[in-house]
Amino acid sequence: MKILLCASVTPDTTAKINFTADKKSLEQANVTFILNPYDDHALASAMNIKEANNAYLTVVHVGDKSAEPILRKVLAVGADEAILINATPYNAQYVAQLIAEIVKQNQYDLIITGRESIDFNGAELCDLLAEYVGIPSIAYVSHIDITPDTIKLKRFIDGGEQNLELANTPIVISATKELAEPKIPNMRGIMSAKSKPLTVLEPTNLINMVELVEFEAPIAKSGVKLIEAENAGQLIDILHNDIKII
Amino acid sequence: MSVLVYAESIDGTFHKPAFEALTYGFDLAEKLGLPLHVVSISNVAISNIDELGKYGATHFITIVEPKLLNFYSGSFATALSAAVNQVNATIVILSASFAGKSIAPRLAARWGASVVNNVSGLPNTEDGFVVKKSIYSGKGFGYFNILAPNKVISIGINSYHVTERQANLTTDVLNVEFSAQDFPLTVTETERQKGKINLTEAERVVSAGRGMKGAENWGMVEELADLLNAATACSKPVSDVGWRPHSEHVGQTGITIAPNLYIAIGISGAIQHLAGVSNSKVIVVINKDKDAPFFKAADYGIVGDAFDVLPKLIEAAKKVKANS
Repeated sequence: MKILLCASVTPDTTAKINFTADKKSLEQANVTFILNPYDDHALASAMNIKEANNAYLTVVHVGDKSAEPILRKVLAVGADEAILINATPYNAQYVAQLIAEIVKQNQYDLIITGRESIDFNGAELCDLLAEYVGIPSIAYVSHIDITPDTIKLKRFIDGGEQNLELANTPIVISATKELAEPKIPNMRGIMSAKSKPLTVLEPTNLINMVELVEFEAPIAKSGVKLIEAENAGQLIDILHNDIKII
Repeated sequence: MSVLVYAESIDGTFHKPAFEALTYGFDLAEKLGLPLHVVSISNVAISNIDELGKYGATHFITIVEPKLLNFYSGSFATALSAAVNQVNATIVILSASFAGKSIAPRLAARWGASVVNNVSGLPNTEDGFVVKKSIYSGKGFGYFNILAPNKVISIGINSYHVTERQANLTTDVLNVEFSAQDFPLTVTETERQKGKINLTEAERVVSAGRGMKGAENWGMVEELADLLNAATACSKPVSDVGWRPHSEHVGQTGITIAPNLYIAIGISGAIQHLAGVSNSKVIVVINKDKDAPFFKAADYGIVGDAFDVLPKLIEAAKKVKANS
């Protein structure tokens, strides 16, 4: 069995987001980059499946070489090899087309990614990739159980959850945080990660069809209007009578 | 060329996200001078279809296939592709629901279109087709120019004001040819949250954090939410310790919401929490620590203990409810 984890790199969840003066990029000073948190859940699930099925786990990332320490960490958790496609990840569609080429060459049984990246929040990769490759996809998966014949999944749907069954054929899924608890690499994993293969591939020529124009910071609130705790009921009057939202 | 809106339904009923998408589609079609079409999938009752006429749509396409009762992005993309061909659509609008956010990329990849999920506001079409979307889980916005001639966008829930405009609706049934690969899955069980306001769609949300000291104290939070016709939510530490279900966790790695009113009780306002709620229109913060960072992001604040403040709010909300 072969598993592919599609991993993206995002600012740490505690990062303050500021943009450069030309509004074209993220201000990277004082920002720590991490494996996208949802991809960390996807990695943990991939590891559980790998261990149960003696599978081979590959991690693929589209980005520049600064991602190497993060990919080494994924290898330390237990992935067997890493592929870095040395290209700017403009958007999910661009990334999905690059990863689709890898998938077509390698015939993975399971492709797993986070439900969305916490930078662009697109939630697009799972279904784009599945469509480019021509295989089924299930997004927002909270549980997976693989048997020789079937894949049993639980997924989030609008207003609830649903249990599903599919034939055990190649599939793309996206992980929610309920799927598996992230794993911390142990010393043996960290040592062995250094010698695991990390292949850098140059991208094929693709045209990016969704261009960033500029970033914008949210408008800061103009200041809080405080209400005395003794007169807390006033708040309800303001919400009801003055701004009429209750 | 035309604009096609997918009006999403759950168990045969349209919800607010469908009306938002429809209003957006109407306004966009008018702005671009293009005809507007609406499509729905599966068994929506006629009385519900008529409801769509309230939002300005005049041409409605329905696709009926019993197997589409179970959602799958692939089969829904096949259905929508057929509708796209039928009306020669160049722009398809969906809701940024769980379903919408996975149909949109499927459809775009199949149709050779570009996709952007979670758009807010109409595009700027002076120089291209520039859409605005919330990024970094609400910590910023990005403007993106969609260069491809065919476009699929999903509209952020609670991000577009619904406008009613009565119109006469004509309905066509579209027959779509499906293949075996459109239906790879079998649904074995569906659990729907019953009797609760859907957190993502909620216009008012009452949320609480560690300041509530324990799961047993949530009765007051639920009572206030109930009186305000609001959904309940919580901070990450609360769902991590199991006081409340994960489905209520709002924040950077939980649900991102944009209600009209967000009341945060006993939540300090860590940056990861603010990220998920910063698009709320009015934020109220109740915290006993006057230096809690959340006050900087609030419109109204009460410095006080939740156990003193909540009963006062409940009492006042009861009075308002009794008089309305």
